[in-house]
Amino acid sequence: MKTFTATIRDTLAAELRRDPNVFLIGEDIGAYGGAFGVTRGLISEFGPNRIRDTPISEQALIGTAIGAAAAGLRPVAEIMFMDFITLAVDQLTNLAAKLHYIYKLPCPIVVRTPAGGGRGYGATHSQTLERLFTGTPGLHIAAPSTAADASALLQSAIRGATPVIFIEHKLLYPLRWEIGLTLPPPLPFGHANITHSGNNVTVVAWSYMAHLALTAANQLAAEGIGVEVVDLRTLAPLDEETITAAVRKTGRLLIVEEGPKTGGFAGEIAARIFETSYDYLEAPLRRLAGPDTPVPASRTLEAACIPTVETIANAIRELASL
Amino acid sequence: MTFHSDFDCYGRMVLIRRFEEAVERLFSEGRITGTAHVCIGQEAIAVGMAAAMQPNDAFTSTHRGHGHFLAMGGDPGRMMAEMFGKATGYAYGRAGSQMMSDLSLGFYGANGITAGSMGLACGLALQAQYHNTGRVVVCTIGDGASNEGMFHESLNLAALWHLPLVVVCENNGYAMSTPLSVGLANQSIAARAAAYGITGTAVDGNSLSAVRDAVSLALTQARSGKGLQLVECHTYRLSGHSKGDKREYRSPAEEAAAWENEPLARLAAELEKQYPDAPGRIAQLNQQAAETIAAAIEFAVSSPDPDPSTVCDDLFAPHLPTA
Repeated sequence: MKTFTATIRDTLAAELRRDPNVFLIGEDIGAYGGAFGVTRGLISEFGPNRIRDTPISEQALIGTAIGAAAAGLRPVAEIMFMDFITLAVDQLTNLAAKLHYIYKLPCPIVVRTPAGGGRGYGATHSQTLERLFTGTPGLHIAAPSTAADASALLQSAIRGATPVIFIEHKLLYPLRWEIGLTLPPPLPFGHANITHSGNNVTVVAWSYMAHLALTAANQLAAEGIGVEVVDLRTLAPLDEETITAAVRKTGRLLIVEEGPKTGGFAGEIAARIFETSYDYLEAPLRRLAGPDTPVPASRTLEAACIPTVETIANAIRELASL
Repeated sequence: MTFHSDFDCYGRMVLIRRFEEAVERLFSEGRITGTAHVCIGQEAIAVGMAAAMQPNDAFTSTHRGHGHFLAMGGDPGRMMAEMFGKATGYAYGRAGSQMMSDLSLGFYGANGITAGSMGLACGLALQAQYHNTGRVVVCTIGDGASNEGMFHESLNLAALWHLPLVVVCENNGYAMSTPLSVGLANQSIAARAAAYGITGTAVDGNSLSAVRDAVSLALTQARSGKGLQLVECHTYRLSGHSKGDKREYRSPAEEAAAWENEPLARLAAELEKQYPDAPGRIAQLNQQAAETIAAAIEFAVSSPDPDPSTVCDDLFAPHLPTA
């Protein structure tokens, strides 16, 4: 059994050993080991040139990673909390995303970043901000829900030529999975995974919400409700084919998103299904998402902000009954 | 691009001047659209930097980048085609005025975001250091960029890591319409070097030799392992900020005085003092520049438009993740 954290750490170490052009760059990733301990210990094997601590300068560290990537290195940057990625959005949106289209340069940069609430960190340390990038052509976005997928996608991201936002949910870090002694092979982006099969309701989710959706699906199986869970794994590119097939199979769709409902990626999926599969829907599609509010610090208030196994299960029951 | 003599430098400077004049004229005639920021009056900095650099060095530019690109050896025809949005342009019409690049020249692109290329330059320099290639990166910015957070973040990081990087600030007196007195608490940008424990130099940016000497020294220092250098070049933006600028925020008298100090005429006068045959050679270079620009416009005009069906091509580099 291995944690999400240890799996990512082992994957980074393997990639660092495999390719001398791979290096890590970020705040407090060296001796400290990263705010969530993901890079703990790596500096002793790879040294400070390849496990590169930076000043608290998010836009310069991302810009530096982009320039290094343009020149042939393969930087893996860490943004300590996804909330802080706002400080580097210019570099990601205006430079990384356009580097190949405009400048004909490859941009093999991976930006790993812990996201999401559930730990009481408050409004500026708890957001899921993939919505800042889902509308920016030129970026790939990974949001895995298991350690194996995280490893497989991270390998692809590091070996590719495209800028990748790699979202690691904080609540996944301590969870444990059966992972063999060898890491899984790289997984191409754009392939969703059906993690639970069922005929009544399709649930589309990603990152920690996909983990919760799977738990809900297992519970509901005992009640005789068959849930088809589509774990997107990557938001860009989006595996529309798998989503569409799953929706057409059940005729009912619930999309679960951790962030606020307004402007979220769930709305994009809903619109696409409406355009392509309206005739297959046996009930109105539904979104279960956070309310349109910052994420408060208090455990009680925060819990009211984020979908849970219970609220997901209730939403599925409701959809199944329509 | 190699410059064998000051006449070579003059030739490139006058080419930049004619290119920028043509851009202004083509806009006023409605033959090219969008936007452009011309560098009339700043040609000595572009050519002075390029003349100081070695072939393997890299360069990052700004929104006001035509002169930099031409100085680095950019082809006027392909640049003009890019201005016209044609398929033969440097980026097939995708870049327009502000984002042209040619990696074979070490020119890593102009950039439409103020201070937006400073991180890129740090990264290029980091790669040079990582593999000990001997390359130095020259990163140009304007005075306005010195007020961006990226300026501080990049200089601090590059100084900390002793990156082989030379930041050249073209202080042309105005950030769009905002003069230095309104935009900078301390009007010396070179003085900011002290904050990062590095060397900052201020020079006359309208003197080709002053720029070339200062940048040469900075490049030598950076290449020898002394790390980040900051060079501030004082100049004057003789045209407006961009093509729509009526320049109502400054006086004609101020501009007239600035024209008395413009770099092209200054270099011509210096050459005429030193070389008896200078007038003839300068006239020939002027003629060549005019012909090159006329040919560039002709090339652009006669080039095909990009195929609209290619609009989504090349978003991602071809090497996709392996299965």
